[in-house]
Amino acid sequence: MRAGDALPPLRIPVTRTLVVAGAIASRDYQDVHHDPELARRRGSPDVFMNILTTNGLVGRYVTDCFGPRAVLRGVAIRLGAPNYPGDTMVLSGTVEEIDGDTATVKVVGDNGIGRHVTGTVTVTVPAEGVV
Amino acid sequence: MVVEDLSVRLKVYEGRPAVRGGLGKDPVNSPMIRHWCEAMGDTNPAYTGPDAIAPPTMLQVWTMGGLSGHETRAPAYDELLALLDGAGYTSVVATDCEQEYLRVLRPGDEVSFDSVIESVSDRKTTRLGTGYFVTTRTDVRVGGELAGTHRFRILKYAPRAAAPPPDPAPRRPRPVVNRDNAGFWEGVARHRLLIQRCTGCGTLRFPWLPGCNACGSPEWDTVEASGAGTVHSYVVMHHPPFPAFDPPYAVGLIELAEGVRMISNVIGVPYDKVRIGMPVRLAFVRYDEELELPVFRAEEGAPA
Repeated sequence: MRAGDALPPLRIPVTRTLVVAGAIASRDYQDVHHDPELARRRGSPDVFMNILTTNGLVGRYVTDCFGPRAVLRGVAIRLGAPNYPGDTMVLSGTVEEIDGDTATVKVVGDNGIGRHVTGTVTVTVPAEGVV
Repeated sequence: MVVEDLSVRLKVYEGRPAVRGGLGKDPVNSPMIRHWCEAMGDTNPAYTGPDAIAPPTMLQVWTMGGLSGHETRAPAYDELLALLDGAGYTSVVATDCEQEYLRVLRPGDEVSFDSVIESVSDRKTTRLGTGYFVTTRTDVRVGGELAGTHRFRILKYAPRAAAPPPDPAPRRPRPVVNRDNAGFWEGVARHRLLIQRCTGCGTLRFPWLPGCNACGSPEWDTVEASGAGTVHSYVVMHHPPFPAFDPPYAVGLIELAEGVRMISNVIGVPYDKVRIGMPVRLAFVRYDEELELPVFRAEEGAPA
């Protein structure tokens, strides 16, 4: 892995089940993440994915790419276009910097209406030790 | 409240605690880790087995109030949100999450946390609406040792324009009435179900058509249906839903006593009790001020 390397993209179908399961698994009971009627009253066309789920998916994307020995040191994300049910988000990433056993990865996630997430993930991959 | 006044009042909250002495509602635990991994589709083996760690991105999860809320939220944060609610900034959306993980969390770890209001932005106009960004910073500890930090930014905003509420009473589709079928609808208006009869060969036909499909004659008159019929076939509609129809419901192909068939609703019987051969009788049902339709009611004592 070198700076400038691209990570293989990951397609995430944004199902209603994923939106709700992610919200509940993260103990986030804000109505906009499970109740379409109340979401509409708040000006949203439908329920949408909560930030904790996006955070979890970004973390999973990077550890999937770097393998189970990889340890996340930091995840910083900013949300843009919401993930509504029926859409697909494609996560892609680029290694920005390698410092020893630590990589800084720039991650973006695009859906059908724009850029859902922009993030930076710091991950450490310990060198293979003698067993 | 004028905007400048509100902005000044909001700024006062910068630096004040949002949560003091917060305790995780549950210790870090395998079931919540598993539920999280299932939702995320995360099959990383580091999160299962005897040496499992919690996915680091779950950091905030261990601090969530859930349905029962936070008992440990400091008054300043609630006051700040109430101030924004009161000024019309009633909706909330999370925009940023910045986490650093200093130590792994494992099942059994008891999490405590403190949170401070780092900043309240000036009034901003976004695509969602106008509002204020509120940034908090949370330190998450296990046994006094800092395990991670979590900076979180929300936008408290006044929705730009609520989506129009769905039509409270969606109406059934209107029939398309033309010169070929106008006579049928005139009959319905008089509560008569009229069947076309070819005056060339005497064949009955339904629905209404300009010519006879037995002999081709364009000449016709009508006979009034007696109203007796049987369910020749039916389907139960579950999906997709259409406005004004409340699934599940039965759509019947009714064979009239006169021998022609028509598609209609079967009423007076649960959708799952409609059966082929069930005797039915014509009824006229008014659906709104301008729409009345011939439908078929299951006969009393019909075998269910």
